[in-house]
Amino acid sequence: MGGRDATMVLLDENGIRCDGRKVDEPRRIMIRAGGLKNADGSAYIEFGDNKILVGVFGPRDVHPKHMSNTDTGILRVRYHMEPFSVTERKNPAPSRREIEISKVIKEALEPAVMLEKFPRTAVDVFIEILQADGGTRCAALTAASVALADAGIPMRDMVAAIAAGKVADTVILDVNNEEDQAGQADMPIGYMPSAEKITLLQLDGVLTPEEYKKCVQVGVDGCKLVYELQKKALNDKYFGNKGD
Amino acid sequence: MTSTSVIDELKKTQILELLEQGKRVDGRALDEVRELSIEINAIPKANGSARIKLGDTEVICGVKIQPDRPFPDTGDKGLLICTAELLPLSHPTVETGPPQPPVIELARVTDRGIRESHMIDVSQLVIEKDKSVIGVFADNVVVDYDGNLFDACSYAATMALLSSKTPTWNWVDEKPVLAEGEETQLPIMTIPVSVTMAKIGNHIVVDPNGDEWACMDARVTITSDSDGNICALQKGGSDGFTLDEIVKCGETSVKVGAQIREKLKAAQQGGQ
Repeated sequence: MGGRDATMVLLDENGIRCDGRKVDEPRRIMIRAGGLKNADGSAYIEFGDNKILVGVFGPRDVHPKHMSNTDTGILRVRYHMEPFSVTERKNPAPSRREIEISKVIKEALEPAVMLEKFPRTAVDVFIEILQADGGTRCAALTAASVALADAGIPMRDMVAAIAAGKVADTVILDVNNEEDQAGQADMPIGYMPSAEKITLLQLDGVLTPEEYKKCVQVGVDGCKLVYELQKKALNDKYFGNKGD
Repeated sequence: MTSTSVIDELKKTQILELLEQGKRVDGRALDEVRELSIEINAIPKANGSARIKLGDTEVICGVKIQPDRPFPDTGDKGLLICTAELLPLSHPTVETGPPQPPVIELARVTDRGIRESHMIDVSQLVIEKDKSVIGVFADNVVVDYDGNLFDACSYAATMALLSSKTPTWNWVDEKPVLAEGEETQLPIMTIPVSVTMAKIGNHIVVDPNGDEWACMDARVTITSDSDGNICALQKGGSDGFTLDEIVKCGETSVKVGAQIREKLKAAQQGGQ
């Protein structure tokens, strides 16, 4: 990626970040459960300027058949960015980055979904990044968990996700695009708050052992905030308390 | 990369039973890395190279260095790109054709560990700003598979880069011209070391071999630099880690990483 604008102030003397947030303040997060008619489950998330739509199908027959497993169901995840989702048009063919993120999100969701209840079937999760602004994999994983729950697929827990990171030698919560490009470290975390398990974790950037510990802790605490919003989205759809 | 079979299920039972007694299938301690053997300059036609064996996993890395165009937004930096490929002769289940997701992940994680550690100071690899820079390509090929390719590829790429000599180019008539006989070391800033740990049941083992890899529940690869800082991480596999486990893995990666770094340094000095 490489630093773009080295002169930008990422953290000012009052501890305010480039988009006006405090160090431990996430961006505005809006999650909606459902919304798509044909999908078995769906969710839409706005996470700062990220806009992401997720549709879930299944459990259903597996095609091609040789992919099916007689012991358990399988989870398939496609993370895909629209050509218009980023500043310069993205080639619509799946990039190596998208293939890796698809795999990472799949492995983050697998511990949550009770696939063993549906042998020989597949659950397909389609993630469409309509607009990207840093932290899409976390926002996508968060929305995918809600969409799986919306599809009525038995789950041990939902996975909530957010990134921790480091800018100006300070550990921060929820890394935006500028902070990802020009900051010192980015650590996306996916966490199941009830099961107390970290299911997605990546890092690029240099952290001292103390900063590493702090980053994981800050990220896990952030996931707990996101988790409340996931539950609220499902509550709003199924129990209709849209007012609060 | 690996397929689960009945044999793997049986092995998993055996591996788990041994772990309950604090033992591993191949007799190693839980935090013990397999024997690491390193041969540098194995491919003289490359600018740098290494052939490493981590237990029975074997990887060859060759570095090619040549003038290239810079990326449009980083005209003041050279290129550093690491790749990884599984050759069909490395395992019976490997097929030819476009790389599968696990191999793409392998290549990207290998690249990220080296890149994020700032092992090479790419700002010193500029021939003419915005027009021509030096490109360093470290290509790994896996020739024999017995688990933990992440660390094997990382060590191979690191050793190949440490052993590399870069030619010098001058900017003449709007193009790079090779200066004969002028070779220098790459600008090495630190030595990154990747340490992969597998979670099997509730046990965490360092440097999983092929059998352990086939039956693990989750894994984490953590790269640390010469200062003992952590610079890259990738979790994988179909289970999770607790917060305590992740913190502990961080500590283990720095400790084990320091031991391996000494081996890499010794191999570098031995080869010169």
